[in-house]
Amino acid sequence: MTGIFEYAPAPETTKPVIREEYGLFINGEWSAPKSGTYFDTINPANEQHLARVAHADAEDVDRAVRAARKAYDKYWRNMKPADRAKYIFRIARAITERSRELAVLETLDGGKPIKESRDFDVPTSAAHFFYYAGWADKLEWAMRAGRQAHPIGVAGQIVPWNFPLLMAAWKLAPALACGNTVVLKPAETTPLTALALAQIVQEADLPPGVVNVIPGDGATGAALVNGEVDKIAFTGSTEVGKAIQRALAGTGKRLTLELGGKAAHIVFADAPLDQAVEGIVNGIYFNQGHVCCAGSRLLVEERVHEEIVVRLTERLQTLRLGDPLDKNTDIGAINSRAQLEKIHELVRSGIDQGAVLVQQSCAIPDRGFFFPASFFTNVQQSHRIAREEIFGPVLSILTFRTPDEAIEKANNTPYGLSAGIWTDKGSKNMYVAQHMRAGVVWCNTFNQFDPSSPFGGYRESGFGREGGVHGLYEYLAH
Amino acid sequence: MRALRLNEETMTATVDAVMLEARAGALSKRSIKTTAKVAGIRLAIACMDLTTLEGKDSEGRVRSLCAKAIAPAPHLPDVPSVAAVCVYPNLVAVAKESLRGSSVKVASVATAFPSGLSSLEVKLADTQAAIASGADEIDMVIDRGAFLAGHYQQVFDEIVAVKNVCGDVHLKVILETGELGSYDNVRAASDLALEAGADVIKTSTGKVGTNATFPVAVTMCEAIRDYARRTGRRAGLKVAGGVRTTKQALTYLVIVKETLGESWLTPDLFRIGASSLLDDLLMQYEKERTGHYAGPDYFPKD
Repeated sequence: MTGIFEYAPAPETTKPVIREEYGLFINGEWSAPKSGTYFDTINPANEQHLARVAHADAEDVDRAVRAARKAYDKYWRNMKPADRAKYIFRIARAITERSRELAVLETLDGGKPIKESRDFDVPTSAAHFFYYAGWADKLEWAMRAGRQAHPIGVAGQIVPWNFPLLMAAWKLAPALACGNTVVLKPAETTPLTALALAQIVQEADLPPGVVNVIPGDGATGAALVNGEVDKIAFTGSTEVGKAIQRALAGTGKRLTLELGGKAAHIVFADAPLDQAVEGIVNGIYFNQGHVCCAGSRLLVEERVHEEIVVRLTERLQTLRLGDPLDKNTDIGAINSRAQLEKIHELVRSGIDQGAVLVQQSCAIPDRGFFFPASFFTNVQQSHRIAREEIFGPVLSILTFRTPDEAIEKANNTPYGLSAGIWTDKGSKNMYVAQHMRAGVVWCNTFNQFDPSSPFGGYRESGFGREGGVHGLYEYLAH
Repeated sequence: MRALRLNEETMTATVDAVMLEARAGALSKRSIKTTAKVAGIRLAIACMDLTTLEGKDSEGRVRSLCAKAIAPAPHLPDVPSVAAVCVYPNLVAVAKESLRGSSVKVASVATAFPSGLSSLEVKLADTQAAIASGADEIDMVIDRGAFLAGHYQQVFDEIVAVKNVCGDVHLKVILETGELGSYDNVRAASDLALEAGADVIKTSTGKVGTNATFPVAVTMCEAIRDYARRTGRRAGLKVAGGVRTTKQALTYLVIVKETLGESWLTPDLFRIGASSLLDDLLMQYEKERTGHYAGPDYFPKD
């Protein structure tokens, strides 16, 4: 008997104010782009137009960088640290006060489920501002004895589309706390929450030019990288990250890169299996798998492989895919058509190479970009789906027999951002964690974030840390 | 009766508290509105063991509870009867007589409820007396002291013995999860009770500080699901103690639906044991129907 207790639609009803058109936020003011060009941002869940957004060209970038430079020299670098903290606290409080509105905006523009933007993206963003506001007048305590804390100057920050507001918060909060000024470039498909953050900055009455927000595409980002900035902080693809590093070589500009990943998620036979399955689900289906640290390579001890597959197959059927604004939606929309096509392409390659695809059976909405929660069994280390970042709700399952084999397979990737380990045995957990070449290792959990905890990668997943005391060093002069 | 040996291999599943509580927390955030809420309230009523287990219980009190069990809200004809009335053994006969002709069953606590600290002979006699008085269902308690001391075979044997006395009478085994101290123990006790033949495993007596909680319910559902997968036998879940609000009741329905599936949402396989919950369910039901809350005096007490 089915249909006895079906969830009724539960749409979030808050309506955020979305302007028809957004300019560039430069020097504390909104201005039209010199280029005169605008681009449309759409709702990926129904492909409807949301707003026209100014596209910054090289001249606009230069304008923004000059505004930031002036603000750095005139106001921010010499401001009493406690006063800087007050401004940052103000931003944190404003995010909290407008949390529901920001959550809806994030979901509309990016496609992620409202429960995630409401319970994760927005509160964690506010938490980062609160955390780093607290550091602003205590920077000496982060330094070795006898050393002074000095800002770097103007930071160019380029953020991705998977966590638009949160990544902006991760970048802005430590930069500002350390006394730097900022030019922020949000991603092309998700500019709206960064622009809302610009409005918050304006209402918080920060001195003009301390924070500048200039939407645009890759060309805008390249102009920023080549601009008169002292530091670039980039989160995005490994390919673009490499290009940035090449461009900056020899310039003396500081750089942090937070790039792709193909995280190993290791499940031992003695793990609490039901919770491990929850960890797997959270690890790969959170934010439709648009997560650089997603646990996309599941390594299962051979003797529980079948059991895990059975449990995971059952669990997939309870995931609710659909309208991201519905409070009961677990899997929202893929961020863009281009990303959806990339996922389809990699999934086809998995099938062609002989892996076996398992998917949730559910209706896929006619409009918008959706992909069902999926996983592959019979995956070999050499398959593309085991090596390349899919950045979608697609998991590859491989097996191992001993802890050392798990370690070897886990590390056999050019990436090194995160890893997860499930076992009931503490000593094994610690042993395997010690041997992971990954910036973050989660033991009996996955995707846990806190402003006080540093996050970042090894090898082709980038370098530099965001969060915690470590995050400060990326914005302080050596 | 042939002595059965407990296979402790069936009790090896472990539970991670952090992720379990995160999962239970996520399930408790499901948004149950409009038609789902109305359906959920009706379901919660149909699956309810309307309970009175107080030292001051009397025949009059039980009669009035039974009248409410048959027709919880006479002015709302689409509200179903509850599943059962749950009383002490001495009051089974009164309940049975009051419920004659209705679909409502009589459940009796037994086996030296709530502590379970009597001899097996006393426990079996207690059970027999309740059944002789007409009980359709028995809610027994396990000996938590024996369980925590690791005397699993003893706990198992007692359940088997009570089940033997019960025959076709439905046996619910109360684990008293608030006294078990860890989710690992909740899982192990669930596995043990299911192996011993429990028709239903039940969280609590309602007589200790911690009663049913969402993570405990998730753990017990997982045990029931795994047991059904292994043996093909579908056992039930009863949550009891501290379930007072519609929101809590709906969350338990969500937990069962998303862990065991909708086919478990029947009075045969799911029960909520509660005394005051019914009043809140009726108030919320009326609110969904009329758009506003009626005062508590518009619903019969008891």
